[in-house]
Amino acid sequence: MYRYDEFDHTLVSERVAQFRDQVRRRLSGALSEDEFKPLRLMNGLYLQLHAYMLRVAVPYGVLSARQMRKLAHIARRYDKGYGHFTTRQNIQYNWPRLEEVPDILEELAEVEMHAIQTSGNTIRNTTADPFAGVAADEIADPRIYAELIRQWSTLHPEFSFLPRKFKIAITGAPHDRAAIKVHDIGIAMRRGPDGEPGFEIWVGGGQGRTPVIAKRIREFLPEPDLLSYVEAILRVYNQFGRRDNIYKARIKILVNDLGIEAFAEAVEAEWRATRDGTLRLPESEIARIAQHFAPPDYDPVPAPSADFAEHRLATPEFVQWVRSNTAPHKQPGYSIVTISLKPEGGIPGDATAAQMEAVADLSEVFGFGEIRVTKEQNLVLPDVKQFELYALWEALKRHDLATANIGLLTDIIACPGLDYCNLANARSIPIAQQISRRFASLKQLHDIGGLTLNISGCINACGHHHVGNIGILGVDKKGTEFYQVTLGGDAGMDAALGDIVGPAFAEDAIVDAVETIVTTYLEIRQDGERFIDTYRRTGLAPFKETLYAAH
Amino acid sequence: MRLQAVTANRLLDGEVVYLTLAREWSPLLDDCCVVADADAGAELLAAAAKSVQDRLVLDPYLFDIKVDDGAISPMSRREIIRAAGPSVRPDLGRQPVQPEPVWE
Amino acid sequence: MPLIKNGQIADDPWIAVAEGETIPATGAVLVPYSVWERQRETLLSRNTPIGIALANDQPPALIEADIARFELIALNFPTFKDGRAYSQARLLRERHGYTGELRATGNVLRDQFLFLQRCGFNAFEVTTPDGAAAWGAALAEISVTYQPTADGRTTASLRRQSRPAAA
Repeated sequence: MYRYDEFDHTLVSERVAQFRDQVRRRLSGALSEDEFKPLRLMNGLYLQLHAYMLRVAVPYGVLSARQMRKLAHIARRYDKGYGHFTTRQNIQYNWPRLEEVPDILEELAEVEMHAIQTSGNTIRNTTADPFAGVAADEIADPRIYAELIRQWSTLHPEFSFLPRKFKIAITGAPHDRAAIKVHDIGIAMRRGPDGEPGFEIWVGGGQGRTPVIAKRIREFLPEPDLLSYVEAILRVYNQFGRRDNIYKARIKILVNDLGIEAFAEAVEAEWRATRDGTLRLPESEIARIAQHFAPPDYDPVPAPSADFAEHRLATPEFVQWVRSNTAPHKQPGYSIVTISLKPEGGIPGDATAAQMEAVADLSEVFGFGEIRVTKEQNLVLPDVKQFELYALWEALKRHDLATANIGLLTDIIACPGLDYCNLANARSIPIAQQISRRFASLKQLHDIGGLTLNISGCINACGHHHVGNIGILGVDKKGTEFYQVTLGGDAGMDAALGDIVGPAFAEDAIVDAVETIVTTYLEIRQDGERFIDTYRRTGLAPFKETLYAAH
Repeated sequence: MRLQAVTANRLLDGEVVYLTLAREWSPLLDDCCVVADADAGAELLAAAAKSVQDRLVLDPYLFDIKVDDGAISPMSRREIIRAAGPSVRPDLGRQPVQPEPVWE
Repeated sequence: MPLIKNGQIADDPWIAVAEGETIPATGAVLVPYSVWERQRETLLSRNTPIGIALANDQPPALIEADIARFELIALNFPTFKDGRAYSQARLLRERHGYTGELRATGNVLRDQFLFLQRCGFNAFEVTTPDGAAAWGAALAEISVTYQPTADGRTTASLRRQSRPAAA
């Protein structure tokens, strides 16, 4: 993974000192809250319902064991013993004190971490495939380019006061695990006509109040042109994005208003002037970054071993866990393991300091000391030897991290909702907990098969409910929490926005509604169909019928 | 009769606080100063505005409460949660507030 | 409003002329684009320095042809959160080759000084006097830059490349 050199270290240290001084000036009155707020947002510090909330960047979801231990330490020392992993691969702390935040940032800087631009109208964390570098289906490793974008976008003097936040995602595999089509800029690794590396660029996707699937702006962009092209898009957006209405200020609105052709023309015109300039990436720079992501020293082990085969037969629980929580690794004899942060009845994405430390330890014993964070709010150990899977599973079980539900119904993605968030209209976590308990049976879960369920507590859609196979949106109807259901969303390459199924459900009816949806699917599905396949075949009709017929 | 109180977040640590009779700020809802008309509400807000200037709190506002047998509780779900802490973490709760029915 | 140039409070010799006002007979005048458009010949015939103030939704390309005639271009921040002028500034410097005074006006705060200077601004109409005092400190806060602009700073990338090769 990327290791800071003296320049990176200097930047984050200076940034900490700068913020420390900004806090001092706020507390002394030299800065008003109005002046201070954008500055603290640029350091990821929100004011939420109960307290401040600090969002720490986990660049493209990659963490070292050492960094994870620091995150655990921060949870203990400065917070209430836990953290929350987010739908953009970051981590959030819910209880920091303003006066201690500079100290937190200083501790983070010690391990090459920061909270720069995790909020505000800036370029946010560029997210990537959590299986980057190890996925069996990968074309090229997107982390190299995610790191290049990270540096280019950090403290960018021209783009720190954009019309609105800006989110970039990048995938290196044809199976898009980064949801690029619902990002402001989505980047897919591609090979050019002569096999040279490059990118397909998508623009103007997003969720929130006006969900939109991105439009393709460029079919193939050569590798050296990545930053100049992205800068051209940002420059067009910074100049012409709407600033009169915060709900119409994202780039998706601009792309929609101009039309993709006109927007592309504006970008290409701008890019023609800069393409061969200072942002052109020399091969040496790409190689320098790529070095940090060279594959580790894999053992050429035979795959799979007798030990693994034995437990596969003897322990059904383990078999289930392997089925749902492991994925094919490009290196023979290895697996990618997803650690579920969705225990039965648990809070999706939350981890205690002890759990974080356990994961750090396990990443070193069962890998090369690297951990990934997924947008589904889980963690990944990317390099586990297959013959060690059973031992890992047993260790994970001891820390309540082995629920065999990855990609299944109870692998629920939920925003913090009204329990934490200032913007929320309804609670999301209790709904997730109830659904999780209702469908606790692993056998049932595995029989239902692959299904994504996303819950958002308000229209800002931080739970990404628009792209859930089942999406739930909490709304406020005259002071009572109601839940609106959408079906048929998808976050991958076949990205789709869910369709509203009908009137919202009361909080004591929503879990039954989810059960009805699942039962209906089980009754009408045809051979091999996942939920989303059945939905694409039948549409809303059978679900509307069973959900609302009785009323 | 519409009963209200003033709440804000403390600048230093973000903690939820309520404006008291003595025009100080307490984390306990029970300490809040209750007002029953618009004028009294405006006066509370003016006092709160001074606290903002003095860099004690952020974003004060009036919110609706009810009083049953002397027990003060907020009217809205949001303010109940602000007073009591996240409903999903009773171990992090700040104080007892009229418990909500636990469904299922 | 105090004007900072070269790191200090400076006198402002420019006379701002609004739409509809008479252009004074002598002196350096700063006019909005609309006035420049309508009174171009008058202004040119005066043979005194001309400055132009662009609104932050006026593309720099509007004045591309005449850019060498201006000794001052003023760009505006209606609120400090509105960052359009950062792009205008970079385009004026890097695309259109503007070398004169580039002034930031409007809601200009100390915490944006470094961003502003990196985008090409070299004069700042500040909102508060202590903004001026903090000028030097503000610019020195972050010494590493990742992105190239026309500010003359060497990016981290270039500094890395010019490092002696590791043994």
